[in-house]
Amino acid sequence: MKPEELMTMMEKARADTFEHELRVCTESGCMSLQSDVLQKALSDEVKRRGISDKVCVKGVGCMGLCCNGPLVKADKAMYQFVKPEHAPAIVEALATQPIKELLCDTQQPFFTRQKLVVREHFGIVDPENLMDCIAHGAYQALLKTVTTMTPPQVIQEISDSGLRGRGGAGFPTGLKWATVSKAGGTTKYVICNGDEGDPGAFMDRSVMEGDPHRVLEGMAIAAYAVGAENGVIYVRAEYPLAVKRLTKAINLARRHELIGHNIFGTKFSFNVELRLGAGAFVCGEETALIASVEGKRGVPRPRPPYPANYGLFGYPTLINNVETYANIAPIINKGAAWFAQIGTEKSKGTKIFALTGKIKNTGLIEVPMGIALRDIIYDIAGGIPDGKAFKAVQTGGPSGGCIPADLLDITVDYESLAKAGSIMGSGGMIVMDETSNMADVARFFMEFCMTESCGKCIPCRVGTYEMHELLDRICEKRGTPEDLQLLKDLCDMVKQTSLCGLGQSAPNPVLSTLRYFEQEYQNLIAEAQAARGQTTHADTSEHIELEVLP
Amino acid sequence: MSTATILSKPPTEDKRWKIIETTMRRNDFQPDALIESLHSVQQTFGFLDVPSMRWVAGALKVPLSKVYGVATFYHFFTLKPQGKHVCVVCMGTACYIKGGKQLLDEVQRHYGIAEGQTTKDGELSLLVARCIGACGLAPTAVVDGQVLGKRSATELLAAVDDTLGRKA
Repeated sequence: MKPEELMTMMEKARADTFEHELRVCTESGCMSLQSDVLQKALSDEVKRRGISDKVCVKGVGCMGLCCNGPLVKADKAMYQFVKPEHAPAIVEALATQPIKELLCDTQQPFFTRQKLVVREHFGIVDPENLMDCIAHGAYQALLKTVTTMTPPQVIQEISDSGLRGRGGAGFPTGLKWATVSKAGGTTKYVICNGDEGDPGAFMDRSVMEGDPHRVLEGMAIAAYAVGAENGVIYVRAEYPLAVKRLTKAINLARRHELIGHNIFGTKFSFNVELRLGAGAFVCGEETALIASVEGKRGVPRPRPPYPANYGLFGYPTLINNVETYANIAPIINKGAAWFAQIGTEKSKGTKIFALTGKIKNTGLIEVPMGIALRDIIYDIAGGIPDGKAFKAVQTGGPSGGCIPADLLDITVDYESLAKAGSIMGSGGMIVMDETSNMADVARFFMEFCMTESCGKCIPCRVGTYEMHELLDRICEKRGTPEDLQLLKDLCDMVKQTSLCGLGQSAPNPVLSTLRYFEQEYQNLIAEAQAARGQTTHADTSEHIELEVLP
Repeated sequence: MSTATILSKPPTEDKRWKIIETTMRRNDFQPDALIESLHSVQQTFGFLDVPSMRWVAGALKVPLSKVYGVATFYHFFTLKPQGKHVCVVCMGTACYIKGGKQLLDEVQRHYGIAEGQTTKDGELSLLVARCIGACGLAPTAVVDGQVLGKRSATELLAAVDDTLGRKA
């Protein structure tokens, strides 16, 4: 495709407007509440009335408030809990007033306190329709990059923006790109890590399902910057809809020569293929992911050498997370300075979080870095339902930790969360109320790490097993004070000596719950001891009785 | 194991082997297409049996031991045939906090099968997922590919019974 063609396409697509638009969320969340049936019902209704030329019914990406789904946007009004039988009334209401009973208040803090950068087109564009995406500016950043910028300029722009990896560790993206670009050789790879194995997190699934072209565009810009011609998107097989949407996006982009040979008539070529994971949490670790893309068991290897120098098939490889790539296009379009003014001094931009657990509003939010945790829990998410008290919020999944109520005023950025004993992680936020048992939560995560340990290094393979046994004993009220001490010692040992991130961070949920809720562990042990004391006592009395009555 | 145990042509006359062959051809029969090929086998036949692994090993020139290693390493692959219908209960963190365990217990009790097992009549398999990414609607389950969000144990059992053609 030539640069002018993209502009013509954009103008043509923009001119193609309808009087009314009915947008139905068609991501996994709302789909599980039959939004696909709803979309069909709306289309049928529009056809039945013969107003297809005036009303456009389309499937769009996630609008955030999953707990009130299926969500439908009818022009300016947003409807919640929509059922297929509401279709005639919704179409009818387009010409008159919105239906009051179904209205979802878009002025509530859940919507007003968000800052949309990655998710700016969610709920607006149809992810399966390339023209619609182009009408909203897709591939403009790629055009700007390959026609007006040199690779070092692109890297400089990303460095200046202060963007850090959204996969969890928060490594500066610009620095990573610079390292890969300096690595020798002509064959290089860029990989998109879409192996969102962290239970309770679904931001990457949403980005891949809701705006797949944004991810492709980010990858292509990265490839141009580091000098790579091949890209691989590694997606979990558990996300069939994301796989379908990405496959379609790749095919469409290829057909319109937005990826492929000589993009926009320049010398830059870029090809992408999709690789499916097969259900292994450890594959989120970059060296394990590379092994999996190579068709092997997903087992990590020691670093260095880092993938930047020795990655896929031994070639220099850039690995970034889905959300990181999705941040690239807006940075290029609006400039590093614009991006850098969002967030805190060390954590720039926005972050998407998946709010789940015992909380009123569950769903996806995108907030500027540096927002207070309390604002997220009580303002955006609407607090704890059923009059229960907040106990803790778990961030970072099995590698993260639990943050208690008295630390709710900390800000959400990489440093503050680490200081509180947790991590930013990929963005899962699971809220627990007073009924949750923290030792049980720690056991849940340990069971996860134990099962997901790849088994290569002993500290992780055996350590997680032993820690799970200990936690099981404590939770089942069979624990002793010695068990607790041994658990603490093992945490330290596994953390210090494991090979990869999985083992090194596996003790985190235990450590953080011990740090803030040790009393709960002590109570369980005291109960166990009391129970034991009682049985011993009973035994003795029986024994004495036997002596008294021969 | 001698190379004789590696099959040079599809294990049976079944025409569906063509699907797997197409997947492998698209990847130029490169060893790195192993996971893709196994996905293709499982999608077509529902599980990975030894003859299919032997054939894939031969076609991609990968040792059978490695194929078996990959097939058993990843949770997604199963070496046992599945029931006609499949119920997957999500046990991700959000679902666990919201009572996914109770859903699982109820399904286990009602149909008399543990996770990973299939009923004797081969009608229903029960599986557990790590996280299906619909955490906003926890607790969730997947019945024959259809994601069901915010379901109570009773509602889930009704949905499964419905799928099995039994009246709840």
